[in-house]
Amino acid sequence: MSQSGKLIPSEVASRKAANPRYQLFHPKWYRPRYPIFWWVEKIAYLRFITRELTSLAVGYAAVLLMVEVWALGRGEEASHRFHDLLGSVPVLVFHGVLLALLLFHSVTWLNLAPKALVVRLGRRRLPDRLVLLGHYAAWLVATALVVWFLVGR
Amino acid sequence: MAQSITIEIRRYRPEQEDEPVWQSFEVPCRDEWMVLDGLNYIKDELDGSLSYRWACRMGVCGSCGMVVNGEPVLTCATYLSSFAPGPVRVEPLKGFPVIRDLVVDLQDFVDKLKSVKPWIIRDEERPLSEGEYLQTPDELAAYKQYSMCINCLLCYSACPIYSLEPTFIGPAAIALAQRYNLDSRDQGAEERMDVLSQHEGLWCCTFVGECSEVCPKHVDPAGAIQRYKVAATAEWFKSLLPWGNR
Repeated sequence: MSQSGKLIPSEVASRKAANPRYQLFHPKWYRPRYPIFWWVEKIAYLRFITRELTSLAVGYAAVLLMVEVWALGRGEEASHRFHDLLGSVPVLVFHGVLLALLLFHSVTWLNLAPKALVVRLGRRRLPDRLVLLGHYAAWLVATALVVWFLVGR
Repeated sequence: MAQSITIEIRRYRPEQEDEPVWQSFEVPCRDEWMVLDGLNYIKDELDGSLSYRWACRMGVCGSCGMVVNGEPVLTCATYLSSFAPGPVRVEPLKGFPVIRDLVVDLQDFVDKLKSVKPWIIRDEERPLSEGEYLQTPDELAAYKQYSMCINCLLCYSACPIYSLEPTFIGPAAIALAQRYNLDSRDQGAEERMDVLSQHEGLWCCTFVGECSEVCPKHVDPAGAIQRYKVAATAEWFKSLLPWGNR
């Protein structure tokens, strides 16, 4: 480097010799490849991916409900056959695991609700905790209604 | 003599190497020193060729954001001693091309920020003789949180989506768009929505939420994006109504 801050020709030549791809005055950016397993780098990323993947369990539960309605529509015998299948041990174990995944998805999803919803009462904004409690209360009411429909009637 | 700590820096000198390499430096570990003080020590005493950005040293300018031990932080607001006994690994912000050592190219962010028009847009300006646009404390409170953004880009570095989908406008730019949308003096929300309602705007965000976790000013960009999504969806439904604007 000369005193005026300019690169002297011999220095440019030596840099080029050290790295033939070096081009003076043309910045050569380094663009790192993003790792495929980025989601195991941090617990927060892993939690996010788990939340996203458990939406498959939500989809499965929705399809299961539709199949149940379809079986009901096919008559009593078809419905019994379907319920017998649901009562078998492998399916019960599978649905036990599914329930855990559904609960994980539901809880993590509900916990995010206050981030998306700003609820105002007049000029005051409701605290996030109240918005969250409202969601859990609605979930409890919906669960109680389903339980009443299945068992209590 | 104070205790010392090892700082490992991911260095990239394009005239010397094709890929970054790690270089270790031993620096004093003083209680009052931030990571930036450690970098300044290296620059002043050990290796003057180390390149990085910094300016204010008080968490205001947003220049000194780097990844320290895997977390995007402002190096002027992160105690060096909190990593004792070390080593401390310092890398450039993720998601951006590296120009040299810890200096990344921010042009992509600057272009995206410009695209969301982060300034007050008026249909018609009032004449000066009518005075200022006054605001109530409530009107100020509606957007103040988002106005605290210092463009440090830690949120971009924490966002895996920005690294995977380079067209994503990104957390800070969307939070700043929201800052102006919520400003009672602004009338440009519709113009910004044209840009942000595209896939690379709001809908690229899958709500990882780390942008809000790393934000040193508690701007909560993740919250801003989700609220924007709710508003965009409501607008779309309204437009379907017979008396809607479509």
